[in-house]
Amino acid sequence: MKTLQELEEIRKRTLDRVNQRKDRTTTRIVVGMATCGIAAGARPVLLAIMEEIEKLGLTDVVVAQTGCIGLCKMEPIVEVIKPGEEKVTYVKMDAEKARRIVREHVKDGKVVEEYTMHVIQGKILNDYKVEKE
Amino acid sequence: MRELSLHIMDIIENSINANATLIELYIEEDTNKNRFTIKIKDNGKGIEEEMLKNITDPFVTSRTTRRVGLGLSLFESTCLRCNGSLKVYSKVNVGTEVVAIMEHDNIDRPPLGKIEETVVSVLTNPNIDLVYEHLYNDKKFTLDSREIKKILGCEEINTPEVLLWIKDYIKENLNEISGGAF
Repeated sequence: MKTLQELEEIRKRTLDRVNQRKDRTTTRIVVGMATCGIAAGARPVLLAIMEEIEKLGLTDVVVAQTGCIGLCKMEPIVEVIKPGEEKVTYVKMDAEKARRIVREHVKDGKVVEEYTMHVIQGKILNDYKVEKE
Repeated sequence: MRELSLHIMDIIENSINANATLIELYIEEDTNKNRFTIKIKDNGKGIEEEMLKNITDPFVTSRTTRRVGLGLSLFESTCLRCNGSLKVYSKVNVGTEVVAIMEHDNIDRPPLGKIEETVVSVLTNPNIDLVYEHLYNDKKFTLDSREIKKILGCEEINTPEVLLWIKDYIKENLNEISGGAF
């Protein structure tokens, strides 16, 4: 069984990493976690993001949570904020989509357009096809 | 909500929004007395007396994005469905405590669910400390984020590596105290 002593090893291993994170290259991933987000499945999304970051060994990424973003019908919502770039809002997330965002956007820098939020004729949508037609 | 741990997360979110820095989560499962108790206590800004009277009313909320707040009312209806109750105690500038009681074997009682994921998502907030105590009959498990910070020698425990370790740590220990009930 796991004991708190194991933390000591993690500490030794990650000391450098934590120091590195102090500079201005950190990407922030924010997950909406109010009643609406939680009910829609934000928790598995948050956990999937963490697991994928850990799996890919990304070091300059911070995962955070926030309250209601104000667009409950589009929850779970994930925001990716890269330094020096515009914030990207992803809507109707699930664990699998979230993993893809970590791989393609956070790691490789390519925004996953089809999951982003779109405003078409004043309506907030997430249907990528509508915009293409 | 499908799991009690999601209700818990929802209530803790209120604490976070109330600028709490320390949250105490106490879960007691007493299968002999047939009681499932959840207490969530914070040191946030507290709730005004006037608001406290109708706090589980869905149309009573301090949020600004809209006029409806469902967190406490959803949790209360779950408790009532399980022959229990939900009480909120609060004092301005001192903190708030939510106490939820349910029948342990009630068929309508949702499972506790992935409480370890709830704890970990709360700990993504670097400024918040969490004490989590779980009693299963006479066995006890305690997790204190301040202790973890002390061992790690830094305030930043919100890295995926540490959080995922904490997740497994909680899961294993809960399994241990409950004899495999999780």
